[in-house]
Amino acid sequence: MSEAVSALNGASFAGLARVEETGLGGMITLRGDFTSAGFQAAVKAATGCAVPELRKITIADRGAVAWMSPDELLLLVDYAEAEAVTASLAEDLAGEHHMAVNVSDARACFTVSGAAAREVIAKVAPVDLAPGQFAPGDFRRTRFAQVAAAFWLDEADVFHIVCFRSVAAYMFNLLSTAAHPQAQVGVYS
Amino acid sequence: MSTRLARQGRLIDRSRQIEFTFNGKKLKGYAGDTLASALLANDQMLVGRSFKYHRPRGLVASGAEEPNALVGLGVGDRFEPNQRATTTELFSGLAAQSQNHWPSLEYDVGVLNSKLFSRFLTAGFYYKMFIHPRPFWKHIYEPFIRQSAGLGKAPETELKDADSYEHFYFFCDVLVIGGGVAGLQAAKSAAETGAKVLVLEEKSHWGGRTPVDGGTIDGLSPEAWITRTLAELEAMDNVTLRTRTMGAGVYDHGYILGYERLTDHAPGQGGPRHRLWRIRPQQTVTATGAIERPLSFAGNDVPGVMLAAAMRDYLVNWGVTPGQKVLVATNNDDAYRTAIALHEAGVEVVRVVDARESGGGELADRVRDLGIRIECGRAIAKVKDGKRVTRVAICAQNGEGGAREEIEADAVAMSGGWSPVVHLWSHCGGKLTWDAAQAHFRPDPERAPTGHDGRPFVGTAGAASGPLGLAEVMADAAAAGARAAEAAGRPARTARTAPVIATSDVTEAPMEPVWLMPARADIDLRMKTFLDYQNDVKVSDVQLAAREGYESVEHTKRYTTLGMATDQGKLSNINGLAILADALDAEIPQVGTTTFRPPYHPISMGAIGGEARGEIFQPLRKTPMYDWHDSHGAHWEPVGHWRRPYAYLRAGESVHDAVNREVKNTRDALGLLDASTLGKLIVKGPDAGRFLDMLYTNMMSTLKPGKCRYGLMCSENGFLSDDGVVARIDADTWLCHTTTGGADRIHAHMEEWLQTEWWDWKVYVANVTEQLAQVAVVGPNARKVLEKLNAKAGGGMDLSKEALGFMEWQDGEIGGFKARAYRISFSGELSYEIAVSASQGQAFWSALIEAGQEFGIMPYGTECLHILRAEKGFIMIGDETDGTVIPQDLGLHWALSKKKDDYLGKRAQVRSYMADPDRWQLVGLETLDGSVLPDGAYAVGNGVNANGQKNTIGRVTSTYYSATLDRGIAMGLVKHGPKRMGEVIDFPGLEGKIYQARIVDPVFFDKDGEKQNV
Repeated sequence: MSEAVSALNGASFAGLARVEETGLGGMITLRGDFTSAGFQAAVKAATGCAVPELRKITIADRGAVAWMSPDELLLLVDYAEAEAVTASLAEDLAGEHHMAVNVSDARACFTVSGAAAREVIAKVAPVDLAPGQFAPGDFRRTRFAQVAAAFWLDEADVFHIVCFRSVAAYMFNLLSTAAHPQAQVGVYS
Repeated sequence: MSTRLARQGRLIDRSRQIEFTFNGKKLKGYAGDTLASALLANDQMLVGRSFKYHRPRGLVASGAEEPNALVGLGVGDRFEPNQRATTTELFSGLAAQSQNHWPSLEYDVGVLNSKLFSRFLTAGFYYKMFIHPRPFWKHIYEPFIRQSAGLGKAPETELKDADSYEHFYFFCDVLVIGGGVAGLQAAKSAAETGAKVLVLEEKSHWGGRTPVDGGTIDGLSPEAWITRTLAELEAMDNVTLRTRTMGAGVYDHGYILGYERLTDHAPGQGGPRHRLWRIRPQQTVTATGAIERPLSFAGNDVPGVMLAAAMRDYLVNWGVTPGQKVLVATNNDDAYRTAIALHEAGVEVVRVVDARESGGGELADRVRDLGIRIECGRAIAKVKDGKRVTRVAICAQNGEGGAREEIEADAVAMSGGWSPVVHLWSHCGGKLTWDAAQAHFRPDPERAPTGHDGRPFVGTAGAASGPLGLAEVMADAAAAGARAAEAAGRPARTARTAPVIATSDVTEAPMEPVWLMPARADIDLRMKTFLDYQNDVKVSDVQLAAREGYESVEHTKRYTTLGMATDQGKLSNINGLAILADALDAEIPQVGTTTFRPPYHPISMGAIGGEARGEIFQPLRKTPMYDWHDSHGAHWEPVGHWRRPYAYLRAGESVHDAVNREVKNTRDALGLLDASTLGKLIVKGPDAGRFLDMLYTNMMSTLKPGKCRYGLMCSENGFLSDDGVVARIDADTWLCHTTTGGADRIHAHMEEWLQTEWWDWKVYVANVTEQLAQVAVVGPNARKVLEKLNAKAGGGMDLSKEALGFMEWQDGEIGGFKARAYRISFSGELSYEIAVSASQGQAFWSALIEAGQEFGIMPYGTECLHILRAEKGFIMIGDETDGTVIPQDLGLHWALSKKKDDYLGKRAQVRSYMADPDRWQLVGLETLDGSVLPDGAYAVGNGVNANGQKNTIGRVTSTYYSATLDRGIAMGLVKHGPKRMGEVIDFPGLEGKIYQARIVDPVFFDKDGEKQNV
């Protein structure tokens, strides 16, 4: 088996904020009934996380779970384990209507970090990024300029962004443009 | 002459001199100057020529309302036309060009227009003059008018804007637009409740015009109060202050655009030039102040005639006087402030002409005490024409303009009263009420713009609400700020700061509306009395429009062009409709105003586009093998946002050569296609089979796991929408391939039906298009190369005919790659489509290329794909279909299940029009001479239609040169086509040639399908 390669092979840019393609992450689209005890147990078994609230992400040691829609979650696990976790989810949920699909290779992942990270994202995403409004554990499925994207903030104040693999170069160039060293807004930093 | 004074100028820094040019002439100003104040300081009174008559024009105003001083700014890739001198901050090296004159500003031949042709250039002139004869418009009138009209020049076509732009999304409780004393007070009142507040000020400095006008706030001078309040606001975490940022527009649901000019005052300093703020406040407070109205008298457009308050601004803010002998004309007390300011600056005030019989109040008394002569009940009869004011004739206001006295003066300060800036209030439907005492329209707080919940989302503060006295302004602003915070869910705290106590320090006498000077001015005067400076609309034009039956203010606006220039009638609106009302013998509120539309002031296209330019103009979707294609001669074709190789060019090859080579090689040896862009949707659930039976015209529920079936999808109107191969994965899972362009659309289509109609069906859909890199391995050697890969890897999936038959799929390993192999063919050749994870796509592709060398492997592009399928008579969505074609038109009856009660489109397809045997139907077309039919060509039949054109009986849908057959092949839709096999029909080409083509079977190659079935 050849080694899996992410879309931009770890490209990075340093300006107002640091923009970095973070390589492949394990990602599973899981759809089902959030209120079902079996569903909740399967999510817990797969990631160690509870089902998140609306527009939230729950993060544990083994993985994370993000709210995508009223019947869809995004499970984040190790890339190498995504296939196995997908299979065990299917097994655990065999008795109820659900869908578990490995989408790890369909995606490109980025981080944006540094003092101006909030402003950089607020230039391209129609989201309130004020510190009190978007906090660690918050998650949004939205758009970054012209492409679909989802993002969240971790406890270390690093933004994590997921988009489709085919537009990885657009996303990287977009974020790098927004992080131009002379383009500080000065509202959040 | 206009000149810089030795003292005054609170905004300029005399220690920092700045050089700039105007029409190439080197001039000097100071840091803090606007281009307008610097021009005046250099006695550059004449700044442009008017739009229609090319009359000399000078500065009228000091802010965004300026109609005349529009210049071309910058050079080369930073050139921009129609920039207002009054809102342009002076910077070192600024290069401005005046507009709308030829050959020069001083000597303009276009001025002949006004002398020779002005009687033709009245209201509606081009409607009347240029209607006949018809062809003259295009060839004579329009080129002439374009040459003589128009303001700024467009930038040169080859040049690209050198600057960058960006957007910024912002959310707050209360947005305050305008940073004058009212805006600052409103912001303070709102912020004290804890509300998150954003304040936008379009200028580079805070405080608005109150420091010029004077008064006392909280016991402080306006400047001291502004400094203190700014410090208070800056100290609050919940307040954001932005200068050089204009509130540009108010939109539905309270969405606001702000326009920040970051580097206009320092071009080339780096970073974005403009930033468009996209703001979602809970509440917006417009503290946009008021604009002074001109007076309508003959010659009111001669350079040197200026708004009284603007003249005061130039004196106090920039230490510039527009004249040495100034006449003041007014209908209100405020203009007396200008007389006082001029006097204090050492400028002679030759006369104050007050149209009111009773004259002014305390301010007038002060002016009289200064020894300045005041004449009440008097008017300006006429300002002598020229490039600047030299003489002013005065007369009785209540007359026709006779019995004049001539006075020498080099500038005129005029004031016709003040109108609140109601634009932002009105953008989204805020209504106005007529205030007879002030003779202006002001916002009606009972009829505010409302949001989704029916509640108001815009309020006004200060002069923008109507009151003009400082005490009333500040009280209104404090209340407006608190009210907005409360509406945003931040009730006022019990411990409020002490109410603001402001005073304007004087009592003013009431103003009197004066819409024409003198009141019964004769026609000669009215023809020189300008309402709209920029579009050259005069009092006589509006009166003529009324006589010709234009009663609606909106119609009059368009007929006369009143208020249609780049200033959108900021100065002319009220004066114009007052004249119209008088001519119609109606009350002003009955005539009403024209519609206020965003933006308040023109904003740059760059700001609207934001960051979307250059490589991020549009997202470009790339497959995992994109870079390989790019380095192997790919000639790219856009397919939606994807880029796909059209063909791979080798050294010295034309695109046509490359395509033909790829076609032949794929038929004879081995071709490789990057099919990753094809849509791949997983449909899963207990009701998935039932769901797919509704979406596809054929049966998908009966498909066995491990098998594939080609399917058609129609819209509910019966038209063919998409096609593709469906694979059954397991008992309740199917994988549906869509066209490249159809992936997102069909995904949405499925979700829509599941969410709106069949919400109780247990089906989930996921789009896994990008999870997989898909490679079509096509040609006689397809199996050999895959088996070689397996042999190298020491085993893998059995790809023999017996193990993996046509229209079957299997999971396993190929060449050590985890893969899913489909035995499907869109070319008629032995063909495998192999899906591997996207992250391994390039590695798999490279392995195939390497292993395939001995089998003659070559990648092929989309054009080869098209030709291969056309040779086989396979239809292509988007070629054979165009949204009006049903499967029956394409002879696809076999794919329409008769066993099913229903599928999307079934009912529509039995409508009489759809079942009509006269519908054009798919056939193959072969030219008699072997040439290639033009794409989209129509076949003509007998007779002519109602327009005298030949009747059409068909059209070409796909047409190619087939390298396999060495001739042109085509498909088309032809009336009764399948029944006319062998007939020859005519296709007229664009260059007179008539192509003759025989109707044939659409399958041109390997009719029995022997090649794919090996």
